Amino acid sequence: MNNSGLYVHIPFCRSRCTYCDFYSQTDLSLAPEWLAAMKVEASLYKDRFAPFDSLYLGGGTPTALTKCRLKKLVHTLYREFCFKEDLEFTVEANPDDLSQDYVALLKDLGVNRVSVGVQSLDDNELSFIRRRHNASQAEKAFERLRKTGFQTLSVDLIYALPGQTLNTWLKTLHRAVRLHPEHLSCYQLTLEKHSPLGIMATRGKIKKAGIEEERRFFLATSSFLEEEGYLHYEVSNFALHGQLCRHNLKYWEGSPYLGLGPAAHSFDGTARWWNTRSIKRYLRRLSEGGSPRAGKETLSPEARYMEHLLLGFRTRLGVEIDRIKHAPELEAILERLQKSGLAIIRKGRVIPTTEGFLHADGLPLLFL
Amino acid sequence: MGSLLENVFCKVGGKKPSKRTTGKLHNEFQPVRQSKIFFYKSILWMNQGLERHMSQIRNFSIIAHIDHGKSTLADRFIQYAGLVNERQFRDQILDSMDLERERGITIKSHTITLPYTDEAGESYALNLIDTPGHVDFSYEVSRALASCEGVLLLVDASQGVQAQTLSNLFMAMEHDLNIIPVINKIDLPSADVQMVKDQLDSELGLDPDTAILCSAKEGTGIVEILQAIVKQIPGPAENAESPLKALIFDARYDPFRGVIVSCRLFDGRVKPGDVIRFMSHGRTYRVEEVGLFRLTREPAKNLSAGEVGYIIAGVKTVSDTRIGDTITLDSNPAFEALPGFKEVRPVVFSSLYPISSEDYESLVVALEKYKLNDAALVYQKDSSAALGQGFRCGFLGLLHLEIVQERLEREYDQSFIMTVPSVQYQFTLSGDRVLTVDNPQYYPDPTTIVTSAEPFIRATIFTPERHLGAVMKLCMERRGVNARFNSPAPGRLEVIYDMPLAEVIVDFHDKLKSITQGYGSFDYELAGYREGNLVKLDFLVNGEKVDALSLIVHADRARQWAVQVCDRLKEEIPRHQFKIAIQGAIGGKIIARSTLSSFRKDVTAKCYGGDITRKRKLLEKQKKGKKRMKMVGSVQIPQGAFVAVLKADYE
Ligand SMILES: Nc1nc2c(ncn2[C@@H]2O[C@H](COP(=O)(O)OP(=O)(O)OP(=O)(O)O)[C@@H](O)[C@H]2O)c(=O)[nH]1
Ligand code: SF4
Ligand SMILES: [Mg+2]
Repeated sequence: MNNSGLYVHIPFCRSRCTYCDFYSQTDLSLAPEWLAAMKVEASLYKDRFAPFDSLYLGGGTPTALTKCRLKKLVHTLYREFCFKEDLEFTVEANPDDLSQDYVALLKDLGVNRVSVGVQSLDDNELSFIRRRHNASQAEKAFERLRKTGFQTLSVDLIYALPGQTLNTWLKTLHRAVRLHPEHLSCYQLTLEKHSPLGIMATRGKIKKAGIEEERRFFLATSSFLEEEGYLHYEVSNFALHGQLCRHNLKYWEGSPYLGLGPAAHSFDGTARWWNTRSIKRYLRRLSEGGSPRAGKETLSPEARYMEHLLLGFRTRLGVEIDRIKHAPELEAILERLQKSGLAIIRKGRVIPTTEGFLHADGLPLLFL
Repeated sequence: MGSLLENVFCKVGGKKPSKRTTGKLHNEFQPVRQSKIFFYKSILWMNQGLERHMSQIRNFSIIAHIDHGKSTLADRFIQYAGLVNERQFRDQILDSMDLERERGITIKSHTITLPYTDEAGESYALNLIDTPGHVDFSYEVSRALASCEGVLLLVDASQGVQAQTLSNLFMAMEHDLNIIPVINKIDLPSADVQMVKDQLDSELGLDPDTAILCSAKEGTGIVEILQAIVKQIPGPAENAESPLKALIFDARYDPFRGVIVSCRLFDGRVKPGDVIRFMSHGRTYRVEEVGLFRLTREPAKNLSAGEVGYIIAGVKTVSDTRIGDTITLDSNPAFEALPGFKEVRPVVFSSLYPISSEDYESLVVALEKYKLNDAALVYQKDSSAALGQGFRCGFLGLLHLEIVQERLEREYDQSFIMTVPSVQYQFTLSGDRVLTVDNPQYYPDPTTIVTSAEPFIRATIFTPERHLGAVMKLCMERRGVNARFNSPAPGRLEVIYDMPLAEVIVDFHDKLKSITQGYGSFDYELAGYREGNLVKLDFLVNGEKVDALSLIVHADRARQWAVQVCDRLKEEIPRHQFKIAIQGAIGGKIIARSTLSSFRKDVTAKCYGGDITRKRKLLEKQKKGKKRMKMVGSVQIPQGAFVAVLKADYE
């Protein structure tokens, strides 16, 4: 559990989706420079985290890189860092990039988990959020991955889109499940202020789903997938038995991870730091022999406790009662949580129920 | 002399004062207090000659009903005196406290010395004290008046004479001050100068021809008022050569300088280096600085008799300074202290508990320092099973309570719970024991109660005739009895009711204002205790009794109160992750309930890398917010809820 994870942020996309405020840019001409800079950044951390037992290429769109560059990237990582034998190696991929060649390359590079950015299997919705693929392209890409021998595949979906009905959403879900992914991430749409959809919402051009609607979507998603045999193990994540995403669990369990690339975040067990979001600044700092870090904080015991709470209540792992025993009015609160069906107590842990997940952001405060 | 006292008492009896003119008022009667001093002084004067500058000082207050424009008039004087340039100026510049600016009312008296040169080229120092108009702060007015020889009595030209116009006038008369009536806001389209003049004559007994017309907003009449001040208000009659006598009328704690004392010198002089003595306890201090109040403190070489200013003497022990004490010189002490101020009689009580018991000590210190600056607050130690160590405080009214609460939070950074306000009840128990209770916690065992009684007031309400029906309805709802009417002027009514104090302390005033479209006003005096069936109303939050919410109420009103408080709690308590049941009960019997539904959803979809820090920061902020809440079982009750529950309307 205390093995570290390595995350590399690929700050490029072919085009911007309307719901997204991740840091990425569509001008790929900076890719060679970025690759070189990343290599320099990697050398700064050489042995600090290794060995890693998870590697995650995310973004942005890792598959927006040419095959050649992706290969170079992975080889650099293999050269600079030490990885464990049973490495979980995930790459986020967009369906429109997954040609047979590309899929084969992923396989060759040792990738053993692909998270496919399907988002929806309704063509109208896909074009509304400006994805570059349609539903059948996504399904074909998925099949291609399977045929090439990938045994752990994840599907990324987004729901509660403006205008989406529970019915169209469950249709997407149904179609996605037919692909038999080992893992699903289903994200309820967050209208990010600076995303195109967010801007449309503030201008009143689109209507945000109401709270009751959001609840309904959330609860339906959970029961649908649980019925299909998936474990709802984190607020937005579902997996078949033994297929939990090792890398992402590190974020929630407080294990160390190193993030490389612009806007990437790192945590070494006591301190968190983060890189500048701007790719230009990232390149300049590294070329000047500096560090691309934009900030760092060392966590006080109090801060770690807070993080433990806020992360714990987002997963089915919950929070150990031992950790919260000093909370004021603990008895009354635990009783109230159980009575209201927000949490159960099992093996000395307070474990949120699905209803509890719906209040994951509010639960920590009860124990402060 | 007799007739003046009679006049003052007339008001208590509800009768009108007889007509008299301002000039007469001053000339006819010499103040009791001053005439004694006068005797000693006149002997000294013969030997030493008159103090040179005395004739050039004028000490006066601006008094009026709330909002009649006192602070705005002060603005004009300050600008006339050239104390601020255009850039520094802001409306009601003397209202320097954040709270005053936010609420648009004066809370504390403010003193400022204005230079003024009259048409003959004679220059004066005018010590102006701007006073608050709200009834809860009338103690501020009474202290200000003790430092003055005259007042400007402002009357709003469209509102006319109101309740505090009258009560402040009486206070000025008690102090034997020269009164200059000023009719303000004549620029308003609804201004009715003739009506106000008639009221001055018939209701106040002042000579309407002496009234000066003014618009503080537009600056008309300012020069006339200044001329009247120097002509009609006498200069202070004190003697600088007598032993020092300085009356402390206000004080403030400064972390660097210690206590800064505001005082009026009646006799003698004081300068840096002098050793002063506080006459109540005899402790001595060396003076570091003296000075005058301009917009900020302005150090001076010395202060002498007749002047109003400040003294800094390195007083670090806050409890050494008592408002109303007399300062004298250690080397040449005065024979006797000045009379000081009337005791304050709190009418509203509430307990104050630190949210976290570790903060008790800091609350003790904060209260001590706060009390320096607000002598009207009284407090003593108190404790509660649920809330721990705290203080029982007495206030002059609900606004006073709110102001104390906010100032302690803002200026002294305290966080505490204040319990539901209460008045003082009397219970006669079996065995003829009489118990006085101002804290519902101490409500006696009901089986031992023979009779119970609550304080009554005589409420005097001014209202335009057209609102009479609404006013009477309000008074009846508040258990008012024995209505009497006077009509001081055509179209206006003075309505007098006997009412339980408990029914007016909360929002009676606001209600009255709104039903009379701002034209109604009210004043009251305590009128003894009356028997009534008083019960204790408890509130339960998720089944748990919250003792700080308990109320003593009249049985006839119990249900109404229970419903109201349950509804208000529902508004005040933030949503939780679970449902919250709120119940009102008398002796275990539930008589009202409401339910606060839970949050429906409170989660964001993603939580990776950077989201964690962001979420933690948010949680840290929420935790701070939670510090201002009291945990009752699993429920967080905001600090302000305890006081807020009594207010009927949720704005
Ligand atoms: N039209 C008009 N409005 C005025 C005049 N004088 C004051 N006001 C307004 O009346 C309101 C109250 O003025 P203040 O000067 O704060 O009244 P105040 O008597 O000091 O009030 P308190 O200190 O709270 O008792 C403000 O909105 C002023 O702008 C005036 O001559 N004409
Ligand atoms: S959703 Fe993915 S592909 Fe779309 S803009 Fe965001 S990072 Fe790029
Ligand atoms: Mg004012």
